[in-house]
Amino acid sequence: MIFAQVVGTVVATRREDGIRGAKYLLVEQCSHHGESRGRYHVALDVVDAGVGEMVMIAQGSSCRQTSLSDRKPVDALICGIVDLVDEQGRIVYRK
Amino acid sequence: MQLARVIGTVVSTRKEQRIEGIKFLLLEKIDAATMEGKKDYVVAMDSVGAGIGEVVFYASGSSSRMTAVTDGKPSDAAIIAIVDSIDLKGELVYQKDRA
Repeated sequence: MIFAQVVGTVVATRREDGIRGAKYLLVEQCSHHGESRGRYHVALDVVDAGVGEMVMIAQGSSCRQTSLSDRKPVDALICGIVDLVDEQGRIVYRK
Repeated sequence: MQLARVIGTVVSTRKEQRIEGIKFLLLEKIDAATMEGKKDYVVAMDSVGAGIGEVVFYASGSSSRMTAVTDGKPSDAAIIAIVDSIDLKGELVYQKDRA
């Protein structure tokens, strides 16, 4: 998984994913400290994340391993909201 | 998924049998911060009926085969949605049919 910051929402009515009850969020990749990296992805949100939160993103075929995304055309999925990151005993990120 | 703008079509007469009848579109990836093209291009199968000039997002890799159009086809990029609007940090940075 990679870290990213939720920076916005993407609305699409014409979509071919067959997914109901999940939204697409615009996320910007970041370091484990929360520093932005300028790379954006559209990710399916199954954990109800909000703008400003740091999240974990699963990529590739692995994102189809949830009941909502099973056999769906999804290659980036928000699988968790980050509360805290500890690096060698030091807290480097806290929500 | 990556954001991109449809900038053209790709025609191929001699191709693998299973991909006959599929529409190929030429996409230019977009930087969401500026909504400008990144001069980075990709050919994607179309599963939503996207048209030139529209902003879309596409799935890559094996995930791109999970649509009715691309199922069982040698695809590694498929357009899965046409974008209506994008909100970035509380600001509307893109709205379809408005410049």
